[in-house]
Amino acid sequence: MPDSYFYRYDAHDRALVAERVAQFRDQVARRLSGDLTEEQFKPLRLTNGLYLQLHAYMLRVAIPYGTLTSGQLRALAGIARRFDRGYGHFTTRQNLQFNWIRLEDAPDILEALAAVDMHAMQTSGNCIRNVTADHFAGAAGDEVEDPRIWAEIVRQWSTLHPEFSFLPRKFKIAVTGSPRDRAAVRVHDIGLRLHRDPAGAVGFEVIVGGGLGRTPMIGKTLRDFLPREDLLAYLEATLRVYNRYGRRDNLYKARIKILVHEIGAERMRGEVDAEFHALRGTALRLPDEVIDAIARQFAAPALAARPARSEDVERLRARDRAFARWLAANVTPHRVPGYAIVTAALKQLGAPPGDASATQMDAVADLADRHSSGEVRVSHEQNLILPWVPLDDLQALWRALDALGFADPVAGRIGDIVACPGLDYCALANARSIPLAQRLSLRFGDAARQQEIGELKVRISGCINACGHHHVGHIGILGVDRNGTELYQISLGGDPEAGSTAIGEILGPALTEERTIEAIEAMVDLYLATRVAGERFVDTYRRLGADPYKEKVYGHRA
Amino acid sequence: MVTVHSGSRAVPSALSPLPLDAWLLDLTAAAVSLPNTASPDLLGDGLARLELIALHFPKFNDGRAYSQARLLRGRMGYRGELRATGDVLRDQLPFMLRCGFDSFEKADPPFGEAVRAAATLFSVVYQPAEDNRVPAAELRRLATAGAMAAAAAVSLG
Repeated sequence: MPDSYFYRYDAHDRALVAERVAQFRDQVARRLSGDLTEEQFKPLRLTNGLYLQLHAYMLRVAIPYGTLTSGQLRALAGIARRFDRGYGHFTTRQNLQFNWIRLEDAPDILEALAAVDMHAMQTSGNCIRNVTADHFAGAAGDEVEDPRIWAEIVRQWSTLHPEFSFLPRKFKIAVTGSPRDRAAVRVHDIGLRLHRDPAGAVGFEVIVGGGLGRTPMIGKTLRDFLPREDLLAYLEATLRVYNRYGRRDNLYKARIKILVHEIGAERMRGEVDAEFHALRGTALRLPDEVIDAIARQFAAPALAARPARSEDVERLRARDRAFARWLAANVTPHRVPGYAIVTAALKQLGAPPGDASATQMDAVADLADRHSSGEVRVSHEQNLILPWVPLDDLQALWRALDALGFADPVAGRIGDIVACPGLDYCALANARSIPLAQRLSLRFGDAARQQEIGELKVRISGCINACGHHHVGHIGILGVDRNGTELYQISLGGDPEAGSTAIGEILGPALTEERTIEAIEAMVDLYLATRVAGERFVDTYRRLGADPYKEKVYGHRA
Repeated sequence: MVTVHSGSRAVPSALSPLPLDAWLLDLTAAAVSLPNTASPDLLGDGLARLELIALHFPKFNDGRAYSQARLLRGRMGYRGELRATGDVLRDQLPFMLRCGFDSFEKADPPFGEAVRAAATLFSVVYQPAEDNRVPAAELRRLATAGAMAAAAAVSLG
C-alpha cells in the first residue's frame, strides 16, 4: 500500500469531479449561447465557485480542510500564470481565489484542477460549503483525533447532496479535534468539536447556529456528545430542519442562526432530535470500517526518529535575534519529538494579506517537498503552514522563507492581520480593507515591538458580511460608508476560540483610516502601560473594560 | 402548454391534483398538490389512497420540496407518482430524481431528453437518498469486504 498521509481520490472521486466539469462546460456553453439567462446561470456558476465581481469573474477553489500537496500547490500556481494575473489569494475559509478570470476559461480551469484531484464545487451558493478544519490537524500535540478524517467524511456526504443544494442560505461546517480550537467552531452554522466521553469513546460536541455576518451569534450546543457513527444522521437531521423551516423571506434572516435564535435552542434541539431518531441507524450510519478506511488515509507520514532538541537551532537562537523572534512567533511545537510546525506568513509588508504569486507558490511547494513531506496547509488566518518540518531543517527553511518574504515573525501578532478583499475587488464591500491592513502592518512593522506586544489578532472586514471575521478579532475593524466616505468602526474583545468565544464590542463612532491607525496605536500603548504579567491585549481589555480605551480614542479630541 | 415528462414512470398520471385544502375535504380523491410550506404529515391516512402528489417549486432556488419528497418516499413509504411542478429547470433534475421525483411538469416542449440525460449525468453518488443508488463509501466497503473474502477463500482452498 502506498505511503499516504492525506486523502487521495479514488476512481469514484475522480469520476464525479470529471462529470461535474463536463456538466459545467455544457452550462457555460448554454450561457454563452443565450440558452440560459444570467438569473438561471447564476446559481449554477456559484455552486462551481464562480462569482461576478467588480472587474472580472472570481473563481474560488476549494481546498478541503486546508490541506494541499506540493503538486496541487504547483497546479494552482500554473493556473494563476495561465488564466489569471500570476497570483492568487488565500482566504479566511482556507480556500484560494483567482480574481481575474474569464467566463470562457472557467471550464478549462476546472479541468486543470480535476487533473490534480481538486475542484471548486460548493465554494459558493446556498449549499453546504467547503468544510474547514484545524490547520495544525495531525501535527498538533493536543488533539483527540485528526479532524480531517471527519472533515473528509462530511465533504463527501455534502458533495452534490440532492436535498440540500438549495438551502435558504449558505451553510458552513467546521471541525476541530483539539481543545485549543483553531477552527472557530462556535461561529459556524455547525461546529463539530471532537472529544472523549468518560468511557474514552470519541464523539462530537455539536454546536449549531453560530455565525458572523451582520448578526453575529455564538452557536448553541445541541449535543454534548454525539457518538461518531451517528454524525451523518445528525447532520442530515439538522439540515433537514433548516431546509424546511429556515426563513426564505429575507436574505438577511435566512441563516440557521436566525432560526435557532427565533425558535430557541430548546425547540431546535427537539426538532432535530425528532428527525435524528428517525434517521439514526439507517444507511447514514457510519460503520467502523468506513471510518477506519478514511482514517488510514490520514496516518502521519513516515517520520525518521530525531533528537527532541536540535543543537544547531539552539546555537542560532542564542546568536541571532531575528531567528529567535521567528522561532517564537512562527514555529509551533509538534506532536512528534524532533519536528516542528512552521507558519509561512503571507503578510508581507505592503502586500494584501493572503496573496501569493505563482512564483511564491511554486517556491513553497519546493520547500514542502524538501522540508515537510510534500504537504502544505492553508490556515484561516490566511497563512501557509508546513506541518512536518524536522528541527534540523529550521534554519535552512527560515532563510528560504525569508527570501520569499514569508518569514516575518508575525504569526498571531499584530502584523498577522486578517482582511477580506474589500472594495478593491468585492462588489459587496463598503470600504477598502487591504490599504488599511497594509498601513497598519507598516506602522507596526518593527519585529521587536511586535514581539513585545505579543498575541493580538487584528481582523478587518470591508462590509457587514464579515468575511474578514472582524467580530472575533481582539481588535476588529469594520469598513463602513458614510455619504461616500470610507470610515472604520473599531470593536474590541472578540475571540474565535471555542472555550472563550466572544463577539467584540463596538468602541464608538467610526473613524477615518488615519484616525483608526492612531487609535490602534493609542490602545496598544495603553495595553503596554497597564498590562500585568502574562496578559495578552485581549486579557487586559477584559480586565479593564472598554472605558479607558474609549477615553484614549475619543476623550481627548482636539 | 404545460407537458408532464416522465422520469422512471412509464406514463404519468392523467389525474388533476386537487389543492390541499380541497383534498382535505374529499379524502377519496387520488391526486393532491402540496404547497412547499405544508408538512407531508397532513396527508395522514389519506396517503394510502393517493396515486399522485404534486410538489411545488415556486422558484428553482426554493428547495423545500426536496425535503418533502424525501419524507414522503423514505419516511412515509409513498410509492405513487411524485411530480415536480413550478420552476423546474433541467439543471435541478439530477437532484430531483435522487429525492424521489418521477415526473416533471414543464412549459417548454423539448424537455424529455433533459430528463433522460439527468439520470446518467453523475455515475457516482456520495449519500444515500430515495433512488436506491449505492453511495461511494458503501461501494468501497463492499469492494474491500469482497477482496478479503476472496483472499480468505484462496487461503482456505
